[in-house]
Amino acid sequence: MTDKNSTKVLLVDDEPNIRVALRFLVQNEGYQVLEAANGEEALQKMEEHQPDIVVLDVMMPGIDGFEVAKRIRATPNFEHTRIIFLTAKGTQNDRFQGYATGGEVYLTKPFDNAELINTINEVVEFG
Amino acid sequence: MSPLLIISISVGYVGLLFLIAWLGDRREKAGKSLVNNSAIYALSLAVYCTAWTYYGSVGRAATSGLGFLTTYLGPAILAPVWWLLLKKIILISKTQRITSIADFISSRYGKSTWLGVLATLIAVFGIIPYISIQLKAISTSFDLLVGHGPLNHPNPTQSPFYLDTALYIAIALAAFTILFGTRNLDPNERHGGLVAAIAFESVLKLVAFLAIGIYVTFGLHGGFGPLFEKAAEVPSIRQLFTLEAVGLNGWEWFWLVFLSMSAIMLLPRQFHVAVVENTNPAQVGRASWMFPLYLLLINIFVLPIAVAGLLLFPEGSVEPDSYVLSIPLAMGQETLALFISLGGFSAATSMVIVAVIALSIMIGNNLVLPALLRSQDFREGEYRSLDTGLLGIRRISIVVVLLLAYTYFKAVGEQYTLVSVGLISFTAIAQFVPVVLGGIYWKRATKKGAIWGLSVGFLVWAFTLPFPTLMETELFSSRIMEEGLFGLPFLRPHELFGMSGYSPVANAAFWSLLLNTLAYVVVSLHSQQSPLEVSQADLFVNIYKYRSGSSDYEVVRRRAKVRDIRLLLNRFLGVPRANTLLNAFENRHQLDLSAQLNAPPELINYAETHLAGAIGAASAKIIIGSITKEDPISLEEMFKVLEQTKEIVQYSKALEKKSAELERTTQQLQEANTRLQELDRLKADFITTVTHELRTPITSIRALSKIMLDAEELPRGQQQEFLNIVVSESERLTRLINQVLDLEKIQSENEASPLRPVNFSEVAKRSYAGLQQLMKDKHIRHELIIEEQIEVLGNFDRLTQVIVNLMSNAIKFCKPDKGYVSLRLKRSGHLARLEVTDNGPGLSAKDQAIIFDRFTQISDEIKGKPKGSGLGLFISYTIVEQHKGSIGVDSEPGAGATFWVELPLRGVRRL
Repeated sequence: MTDKNSTKVLLVDDEPNIRVALRFLVQNEGYQVLEAANGEEALQKMEEHQPDIVVLDVMMPGIDGFEVAKRIRATPNFEHTRIIFLTAKGTQNDRFQGYATGGEVYLTKPFDNAELINTINEVVEFG
Repeated sequence: MSPLLIISISVGYVGLLFLIAWLGDRREKAGKSLVNNSAIYALSLAVYCTAWTYYGSVGRAATSGLGFLTTYLGPAILAPVWWLLLKKIILISKTQRITSIADFISSRYGKSTWLGVLATLIAVFGIIPYISIQLKAISTSFDLLVGHGPLNHPNPTQSPFYLDTALYIAIALAAFTILFGTRNLDPNERHGGLVAAIAFESVLKLVAFLAIGIYVTFGLHGGFGPLFEKAAEVPSIRQLFTLEAVGLNGWEWFWLVFLSMSAIMLLPRQFHVAVVENTNPAQVGRASWMFPLYLLLINIFVLPIAVAGLLLFPEGSVEPDSYVLSIPLAMGQETLALFISLGGFSAATSMVIVAVIALSIMIGNNLVLPALLRSQDFREGEYRSLDTGLLGIRRISIVVVLLLAYTYFKAVGEQYTLVSVGLISFTAIAQFVPVVLGGIYWKRATKKGAIWGLSVGFLVWAFTLPFPTLMETELFSSRIMEEGLFGLPFLRPHELFGMSGYSPVANAAFWSLLLNTLAYVVVSLHSQQSPLEVSQADLFVNIYKYRSGSSDYEVVRRRAKVRDIRLLLNRFLGVPRANTLLNAFENRHQLDLSAQLNAPPELINYAETHLAGAIGAASAKIIIGSITKEDPISLEEMFKVLEQTKEIVQYSKALEKKSAELERTTQQLQEANTRLQELDRLKADFITTVTHELRTPITSIRALSKIMLDAEELPRGQQQEFLNIVVSESERLTRLINQVLDLEKIQSENEASPLRPVNFSEVAKRSYAGLQQLMKDKHIRHELIIEEQIEVLGNFDRLTQVIVNLMSNAIKFCKPDKGYVSLRLKRSGHLARLEVTDNGPGLSAKDQAIIFDRFTQISDEIKGKPKGSGLGLFISYTIVEQHKGSIGVDSEPGAGATFWVELPLRGVRRL
């Protein structure tokens, strides 16, 4: 799975401006980019495209990020999908919840561009 | 008779008195006291019989028959209960080293300085009329003997003052009293020699009075029988022997007897001889029948002399008060007359000497010393015995009191009979009855109560008795007598509160004592005792308990140095006596005081009690206070004390009340705490949410700026797009911060600014006008419908904020083309209703439920999140709530929305 061009990254965030930044960064790194503006849309995109990586916001209208992660983990098809939380919620408790619902990495907003890209690369590399 | 003869005989007589006093003092020092027996004690009590008795009784009998008897009936009736009442007072006074009636009252109520001052003032002003009549009696008898001045109503006011007999008598009496009473300072105010002299005078006045009685009855008229037979032939005299005929009824008798009962116990001079000079309480028992016997003897011949006087002198030609002397003079019995006048002189001088000494002790100990002692530290400064100073104060007080008495005599006394002026004094002294009786039998009585009782009684007394007599001096307008004080008829001195038909004395006694007692009881029941008052009250009421056991009973633990106590005792009692006292203490307690630095509490009490003997309880408390530090006693100790005083019930009730209060307070605190925690949680929530909301724009700004910084070649279009986002997110950040601050301001304003009447229609118009241009630019059809002029209570700016917020939302969400927004104001029942309607996408029921929460933003499927902080509607909601109104939304998805605000009406005006 080292071929970046064939690696699909789903960006889930209700803030369109954040998605603009994320899309630029991830595309620039050579990954295929998918986008969703809320939890429901994210799950729909999962079904359609079965992405390898999900960069997931938590606080969104409707289904929140933790719930989305739980549902992904509950689906055998998405066994290999890796979840990276990217959220403004930064308490210890939030982190625990993030790992408990099946997140691989937990990053907080505002994020460092290089850190985010390195994290995605590492997750892709070492799965 | 030659004045020189009379003066030399008087001086010789005074010399004899000095000799007796000197012998008495010598025997006292040798330990073989002359005065330590019941007979002398009873005779010293006979200081009660003054010139009033000696001359005045006959005068009274000649004008109102048996009326004179009341003055002696009272003491005689009271005598049987002396062993109970007087003995208790003596025991208390000996334990507490009490030196006067004022000291007694002050000591009982927490050694109060103010009470001592008050009691002293009452005693001094009360006794002055009494002393003035003694001056009158002596000077009248002198004038009679010398023979100048007409027998009928001598009127010395017309002669210049330096020829006035009474002035010289006052001066002589002052000198005499100073020599007698202030030769040395006795720590316990006991004067054995003085008592011996007084007893001698009592014998002399009795013998002299019996002599004139026997002379008149048997010498002139041949016995009682013939005398009264002769009298019965004269109708005006016969009339005197009935009670009703002389205007005395039961009410009058009751008050006169009551007044004399109080006088025998509480007159300063009676208190002095009966209590202070008492050497052994056991003497009270025998004195309680010997004294009434003396009274009987001195009264036997009153009526015969009065009758004989009336027979001898045609009515009105001679003042009845002087019959005793005028009869022998008229009969040419000059030697007998001289002896009789000596008896009268004895009666008057004994009273003046003892009364003035008693008053001077009070003035010194309760008036002058506390004032002098207040601000001094007695350990410092050179050693100087206070003895001389104290004696000086006494001497000055003696002169002042006698001069006041002389002034009163000149101003008033000459127009009134001896007895009527004497009764003014009795009524003043009777004011002490409630506080003294209450003091020794009613533990609950407080200092405040005593002060109120005495003050009220004293004022009523002053207004009803001495004040009217002062009218004679024309110092005051006599209109008050007829019209009442301030022109109020119920404030006429002799008919107070409209009670008429009784004598001024009965009236005054009734009202002053009634109001005195009422004030005393009511204020006592509504005031608290200090710890010292509690302990003194217990000591006075339960004196027998303390006599048997130890009297060490403290509510405050005091600390002092042995050295300081020794210094104080040296200064106030003299070095020899201080040493004797301290040695006695060491022996009794098996102690070596020189080895100790700190004084044991018993020593402090011991020193205070003995100092109290020298300078009075209140002064002793002050000077002991100057060298001691007080530690309040612990709670357990307090309980012990309270158990002793059996007031634990009261206190535990108070404690229960306190603990109930505490419980309530605790509960209130818990509730407050819960509320605070809730507020705290809300605040924390808010901060979390705010920080999250702040992070979002910052995230975009940071990420995009970094991208532009890192990327070397970024297409112009993309760079433009990114920069636009950065700008708009920065604006969003600013808006958010402003609104958070705004919200905070609104919430804190809640308490600060009250709501004022506001023209709501005007608010709507202006808000609408402000947005009109924007709607025109966006081609939105808009409408303003104001159905009525409506006033509400509120804040103009805040209400504007609400309307602008709702309309901005409507403008933001209405259809992008063919948009429509309306603002409508109308009345709905008792409410003003404002509606903002748009034709936008509407809200689902779920969204309607949360739309007014903070940071709620409804995202659109296509457009995504709207611009805004998510605080706008929450701010509107907060404002409306502060206006005691409600806010809501009616909407269906796809059918637009109507946001409404309802506020209570202030008033409605038709257009």
